[in-house]
Amino acid sequence: MAFQLDSRTPSGPLEQRWSKAKQEMKLVSPANRRKYTVIVVGSGLAGGSAAATLGELGYNVKCFSFHDSPRRAHSIAAQGGINAAKNYQNDGDSVYRLFYDTIKGGDFRSRESNVYRLAEVSVNIIDQCVAQGVPFAREYGGTLANRSFGGAQVSRTFYARGQTGQQLLLGCYQALERQVDAGRVQMFYRHEMLDLVVIDGRARGIVTRNLVTGSIDCHVADAVVLATGGYGNAFYLSTNAKNCNATAIWRAYKRGAGFGNPCYTQIHPTCIPQSGDYQSKLTLMSESLRNDGRIWVPKQKGDTRNPNEIPEDERDYYLERMYPAFGNLCPRDIASRAAKLMCDQGYGVGPGGRGVYLDFKESIGRLGRKTIEERYGNLFEMYERITGEDPYTVPMRIYPAVHYTMGGLWVDYHLQSTIPGLFVLGEANFSDHGANRLGASALMQGLADGYFIISYTVGHFLAQVKPGGVNTDHAEFRAARQEVDERTRRLLSIKGRKTVDDFHRELGKILWEFCGMARNAPGLKHALEKIPELREEFWQNVNVPGSAEDLNQSLEKAGRVADFLELGELMCLDALEREESCGGHFREEHQTEEGEAKRDDERFCHAAVWEYAGDGKRPVRHVEPLQFEFVHLAQRSYK
Amino acid sequence: MKIILNIWRQKNSSSPGKMVRYELGNVNEHMSFLEMLDVLNEELTRKGEEPVTFEHDCREGICGSCGFMINGIPHGPERGTTVCQLHMRHFHDGEELWLEPFRAKAFPVLKDLMVDRSAFDRIIAAGGYISINTGSAPEANSIPVKKQCADRAMDAAACIGCGACVAACPNASASLFVSAKIAHLGLLPQGEPERDRRAMRMVLKMTEEGFGYCTNTGECEAICPKGVKIENIAMMHRDFTRAVALFREESKAGGAG
Ligand SMILES: Cc1cc2nc3c(=O)[nH]c(=O)nc-3n(C[C@H](O)[C@H](O)[C@H](O)COP(=O)(O)OP(=O)(O)OC[C@H]3O[C@@H](n4cnc5c(N)ncnc54)[C@H](O)[C@@H]3O)c2cc1C
Ligand code: FES
Repeated sequence: MAFQLDSRTPSGPLEQRWSKAKQEMKLVSPANRRKYTVIVVGSGLAGGSAAATLGELGYNVKCFSFHDSPRRAHSIAAQGGINAAKNYQNDGDSVYRLFYDTIKGGDFRSRESNVYRLAEVSVNIIDQCVAQGVPFAREYGGTLANRSFGGAQVSRTFYARGQTGQQLLLGCYQALERQVDAGRVQMFYRHEMLDLVVIDGRARGIVTRNLVTGSIDCHVADAVVLATGGYGNAFYLSTNAKNCNATAIWRAYKRGAGFGNPCYTQIHPTCIPQSGDYQSKLTLMSESLRNDGRIWVPKQKGDTRNPNEIPEDERDYYLERMYPAFGNLCPRDIASRAAKLMCDQGYGVGPGGRGVYLDFKESIGRLGRKTIEERYGNLFEMYERITGEDPYTVPMRIYPAVHYTMGGLWVDYHLQSTIPGLFVLGEANFSDHGANRLGASALMQGLADGYFIISYTVGHFLAQVKPGGVNTDHAEFRAARQEVDERTRRLLSIKGRKTVDDFHRELGKILWEFCGMARNAPGLKHALEKIPELREEFWQNVNVPGSAEDLNQSLEKAGRVADFLELGELMCLDALEREESCGGHFREEHQTEEGEAKRDDERFCHAAVWEYAGDGKRPVRHVEPLQFEFVHLAQRSYK
Repeated sequence: MKIILNIWRQKNSSSPGKMVRYELGNVNEHMSFLEMLDVLNEELTRKGEEPVTFEHDCREGICGSCGFMINGIPHGPERGTTVCQLHMRHFHDGEELWLEPFRAKAFPVLKDLMVDRSAFDRIIAAGGYISINTGSAPEANSIPVKKQCADRAMDAAACIGCGACVAACPNASASLFVSAKIAHLGLLPQGEPERDRRAMRMVLKMTEEGFGYCTNTGECEAICPKGVKIENIAMMHRDFTRAVALFREESKAGGAG
């Protein structure tokens, strides 16, 4: 089965493409909408906004989440802000500039049309959220305030203290609950999707496990929307919430959805360094801190002096030195690699020399402690709570950590995967960020997808199919259900000697070492031997206690880790095949003399889309060529 | 350091539970409380026993998933801290602790330390929103909001829905949670049109879900990991009283059509 990678990108002038596409889309009349059932898996920003909007339109929506409430989704943890091309600051921002910054920030590895549309609807998102009552930061005159984020020379980031994701998600959650109250959306909490059901080449439903009772159930739909978040937790240690996982998209991949650019992962430069082996996750310190904090290391290697005792002229503000135009606000991939470089060369600080300073002394001097407290108070508090050090008086220590995955299921301009009727939104898809995402753009993308795009494209799809037509007795549903049962039984019967976390930690170490911030062919080949071995051992030697008929967190974890053990291999394979450096994907063999990422546009100006070929078989790599009609392909420069 | 844990173990909502004692030998002071429980759970798993079920996700104090009682205090002894953000450096070597789930009629225990807090969602669904369909919003800066109002709304909106306020309250009232939403939306001009309806419906729903009434004990404010203030409850009472006088559910006869 060869993929049809038709991106369905409209032609014509860039700024008219989305309007044109909308105009050409078919509609479902209001009276007919309730006859169509749409399953939305995930109720984070992308899924929640999609479910609410589809409910408002009158479709019969079933929304699933493994969480106990939409408000717990990982989106809640986003701190810094959300971008929008409002140009309220009169500093020269425009839809085009946001588009250009995003394309360039992504190192020219995303689709022009998609990114332009994202920039275009960004302004509507802010309107929508304000109307919902999202308490964004304000100026004294009552208008909205902005801050700057990396990779931009304008101030276009809207924020609600250090809790922007929380406030956006609460707005979206409230809109969703309103539809629940209206009877248009039915919520299935604590339900985990364990398989996708494809009938006659179309996505027709899902199989879920009720996490409280253990019951395995089938659900039929006319279209399925996945908004299940990213897979950064493949690395075990990441800034993602503990329960984030790839199961939904991975099972969809195994049912025929193409996986786009699995190797594109983002390592965030400003996280609290790891403190011990028991560490269960890493904590992000928002990029917004780079607005007022300055990053430095001592000029002398292995300097163990108290940072406050190191005089100015013995400090190396290396980002300001290396990238004078953007300084501390250069994009994430660049800032992360620079930190790694400094530490690799022996300038790192703190335990094991794996840290650099993020210093607020100057801005506290300039703006006063109160202003800094107002801007970042909760982040400073969080830092102090975790490390026991006071960042108002001692510089923070930070180090890069896995944060976001640009890769995900491949989707066309309609956000439809290679399986008709299966749509993918938010971090779960591969779409708009190319090889590197700019700060404050994930929230924007999730909400653009959910509020403003999917309502049109799902409608267009549904307008062309008859509602209903299959039920859960269909052979494909029964087969999928049986597979889920079988797998569950197998996981519980191994009763080996290692815990699920033992395997997850080991996988994480392999990925971090060989498929992390810097990658090379021998390392990736090594990982490609190690991961299948580890997976083999997992299925022989894991111990999953408890039963299938109960609430069983070990079983939940085991299923997710089993999928990471497969996905991890695909990440390495993709990284090996992409013989260039771009954005977050840095291949040591491909760098400029100054150590910057060196793209190979001749050979790799495309998205890699992987097709599952069966267990134990090498997946097939397809490509979607990327055409740049409006921007000039240039080497990124932030100097 | 060594820690002794007495943990409430309960198989499911219909079985009885009991306290079980565990000793943990090498706890590191830099661990978070949940990381300490991870270590215990790894040990139990290796021994072939069922690990302790507790809810958690972000481990950054923002998702509101975590929460149980430590020595009778929701989220434990540190003020303004969720249990995922609590570190072992606040305990001493050899300390003995009692862990129990949040106790409230409206929060049935699902397993061990995990409770069902879905009543909160149903209260939000009853009216904790601003009715605005996607696509019908006016230009954002056309609604100026006083900075003080936005800031106060944000203070209330900081609630993470963990339920500690209910667990702390002798009446198991959800007033702090409910009032935080009423205040957040009521303080903003966008929330004004539905202010009466919101107060009326949310307060009635809270009672219906089996939460108690507020008697101004103030435990909720003292325990709230996000510093949500009891003054919100005053605002809720005012809005509710006003709604009783002024609000009527929409007439079915409705608009012209
Ligand atoms: C610490 C941190 C800070 C961040 N800060 C910012 C920021 O300031 N600005 C920005 O733009 N971005 C930020 N990001 C990125 C951004 O938060 C995420 O990319 C985004 O919120 C993802 O939203 P989502 O809706 O795609 O997925 P999620 O919010 O992860 O939601 C996933 C949903 O899917 C459900 N789900 C998953 N799998 C299944 C399954 N198998 N069955 C049933 N349900 C399932 C979950 O229950 C959940 O409801 C940050 C990320 C982190 C980690
Ligand atoms: S785990 Fe999210 S608040 Fe504690």
